[in-house]
Amino acid sequence: MPATGDQPALELRNISKTYGAVAANRQVSLKVERRSVHALVGENGAGKSTLMKIAYGDARADAGEIWIKGERIARHSVSQSIARGVGMVHQHFMLVGTLTVVENVVLGQEPRRSGLLDLKRAALEIRTLSQKFGLDIDPDARIEDLSVGQQQRVEIVKVLWRGCDVVILDEPTAVLTPAEVRDLFAVLRGLVKDGMTVVLITHKLDEVLALATRVTVMRRGERVAEYDAQGLTAETIVHAMVGRPVQQHFDKKAASVGEPRLEIRELHVTGARGIPAVRGVDLVVHAGEILGIAGVEGNGQTELVEAIVGLRGVDRGTVSIGGKPITSEPVAHRYRAGLGHVPEDRHDRALILDYSIQDNLILGQQRDFTGSFGVLDRGRVRQNAERLIREFDIRPPDPSHLVKSMSGGNQQKLVVARELSRRSLSVLICAQPTRGVDIGAIEAIHRRMIEARDRGLAVLLLSAELSELRSLSDRLAVLYKGQIVATLDRQELAADDVLDRIGAMMTGAWTGSTGGAVGSDVAKEARP
Amino acid sequence: MKREALTIAFAMAVAVLAGSLLIWFTGKSPLEVYGLLLEKTWGSSYGIGQVLFKTTPLILTGLAVSVAFKVGLFNIGAEGQLAAGSFVTALCGAALPASLPGPIAVALCVLAGMLAGAGLAGLAGVLKTRYGAHEVINTIMLNFIVSAMLLWAGNAHFFVKYTTHTQTVSDNATLRDLGIKGSAANTSLLLAIGLAVAVAYFFSRTRRGFEWRAVGLNPRAAQNGGVLAGVVIGAMAVSGALAGAVGANSVLGYKHYYEQGIGSGAGFMGIAVALLGRNHPAGIVVAALLMGTLSHGGLGVAELVPKELVQILQAVIILTVAGTAAYRGRAVKKGKSAVPMKPLPDTGAQSSAAEREHG
Repeated sequence: MPATGDQPALELRNISKTYGAVAANRQVSLKVERRSVHALVGENGAGKSTLMKIAYGDARADAGEIWIKGERIARHSVSQSIARGVGMVHQHFMLVGTLTVVENVVLGQEPRRSGLLDLKRAALEIRTLSQKFGLDIDPDARIEDLSVGQQQRVEIVKVLWRGCDVVILDEPTAVLTPAEVRDLFAVLRGLVKDGMTVVLITHKLDEVLALATRVTVMRRGERVAEYDAQGLTAETIVHAMVGRPVQQHFDKKAASVGEPRLEIRELHVTGARGIPAVRGVDLVVHAGEILGIAGVEGNGQTELVEAIVGLRGVDRGTVSIGGKPITSEPVAHRYRAGLGHVPEDRHDRALILDYSIQDNLILGQQRDFTGSFGVLDRGRVRQNAERLIREFDIRPPDPSHLVKSMSGGNQQKLVVARELSRRSLSVLICAQPTRGVDIGAIEAIHRRMIEARDRGLAVLLLSAELSELRSLSDRLAVLYKGQIVATLDRQELAADDVLDRIGAMMTGAWTGSTGGAVGSDVAKEARP
Repeated sequence: MKREALTIAFAMAVAVLAGSLLIWFTGKSPLEVYGLLLEKTWGSSYGIGQVLFKTTPLILTGLAVSVAFKVGLFNIGAEGQLAAGSFVTALCGAALPASLPGPIAVALCVLAGMLAGAGLAGLAGVLKTRYGAHEVINTIMLNFIVSAMLLWAGNAHFFVKYTTHTQTVSDNATLRDLGIKGSAANTSLLLAIGLAVAVAYFFSRTRRGFEWRAVGLNPRAAQNGGVLAGVVIGAMAVSGALAGAVGANSVLGYKHYYEQGIGSGAGFMGIAVALLGRNHPAGIVVAALLMGTLSHGGLGVAELVPKELVQILQAVIILTVAGTAAYRGRAVKKGKSAVPMKPLPDTGAQSSAAEREHG
């Protein structure tokens, strides 16, 4: 069937898909018009990625039809999608770091001339595409030398080079700085202007409002609403996503700052690869304040936290809690000295997925729940769990439920509950406390952090979400290449253009004025 | 628990079928061979006694391997640990004054053997934590070192002239047999079961058990929870101590001296027992009983088929159990792909992970 211009670029009809007992998609229909930017929004686990995987042929639907440009695709596969011009840029890039851009782009579809690999022609084609859409990609650069934003553009080139005119992007901005996001949006607008279609999976609403022409909202595997982006407000979308109105901004009291609680002096820490990761950081967090730390991932945040918590050795400098040096104390002693820690990756550092809720709620405090002869006091472990489940609304409310079958938001609530329940807590380190967490849980976690601050705790918040940092922090420090390059107080944080300024500082391009060029080539050096 | 039992039952059925096929190839009747196997083992008191005698060391080595597994470690050196333990137990028994009360003498000898095993495995743990040397390599190498050292030390100092065994332990250091019709089954079986109960209690009830399991399931989260890297050494030492207790059975309860090669094979079989028993002490006792039955039954059916046939049967059981475990792991993973998960927390997945690293 010949494809004509007015048929939808992509159409899904009544798609259903279950994984085990979980219905990831229930009777979802979606029509993506040509030359549009169609945003697919919803909380984590709403079924957006599953739906797009099905559209791309990466997963098979249990029921439903897939139409690409007016043609029904019966037995769907990725190669069929690409042949019909549908390409996908995954959240986690599929690139080989040691190969060049052109090698990565042609991988799997290598052009040959008399049996030999012909990269020259491909390189030329990539250069042309790059110029046409302002991608600024050097075909001969090696992937591992590129910044995250550049790598993402390579992924886009990969799709374009294969001749696709429908591009699906899964959470494309999750790893980008504000400036990189703007560049990406410019590229995407250029694509649409050239007649292409963009499908954007995201849970960031400002992006949706900035870019999309049409918005489909998913919740619990179902399509719950669809809007024209014209005149749409964030509140409307959030309401549809969560199913109830959500408080996104907090009216928090001004901080009543007390004595220094966490003091870091001239801290030097070596990273995993033997490269200096923290290079002379000085920080003081006072009782009753939230100190935010902004920075592009890989600029020393992880190592800084690990050094404070005692998971990584310190080369030079001191860390003290409440005036007491703890620089070479073991982890357990630091907790007793008043530390609490919400790790950046809950599956990596915070939880034992095969343990129950109640057991995870005492992990790190197991000594406090030990009776005579080193035997755990199971009764108290359970009571503790019942109390925290109630207080923090952790679901399911069953202390013996295994953590691995909880949602990300509830897992994170569990971690926050545990850390806040520490007996002698005075300093709380929160690294990416709302990463991969749904809006409802984000709201709860933010509220808890502000409550903790108001209770007189010193809170150190590290986040990749600038809006989160801005709304929670009383002061903000920018970490770049292992050093604090700037500190902003409350007043400066209230300025309108502050996000741009912070973004520029995060990439080392800050010259004192706002905005400015982004030196992504400098940023990449600091990445691990 | 129920599904675990089903898995094992399925594996057994497959093994019995495969065994039947093999027996049929050799021109014998499977029914006849299986019948004889049962008759020689559970068909007489002597048979039962011998099965229990063979089961005892397998419970201990199975526990040894499982304790390491639980903490995410693969102790492949139970073989060396049980040899060193038996050797030290025998020397201790021979050196103790005959006037010492029996229970104290026995306790000292068993403890000495356990300490030897603990020291050996603990060394592998130290090598891992201090120098990052993998415990699989360490423990395998130590098997060879121990075997050579014992032979040398025995020949040079401890073996009775013109033999490869040590002096007999004094009478007060021997363990009573269970009085089952002249079989070698002895009271060390009770020790083994007692230790199984202790291991179960330790992991399910105590703080350290909680921490050790945490290290096995997610070492990085455990570290963040204040658990120190030293648990690796502790866990290896406990694992080695359990293997080192085997001397109670073979030396104190049966031969009354250490002999070159005594109890050998139980260390490696312990890996299979831990795997079959799903790392759970109760499962391990059952699995040891099964393997003990097959090892003794292998001798019994030798008049009909080669003894190796029973070893093949054991191998098929292990393979089917490991296979079904891996298959189930995949099925579970597929069903809940939204939650990242290790394929299977216990046994199968861990041993195969260790193999992948070194295969």
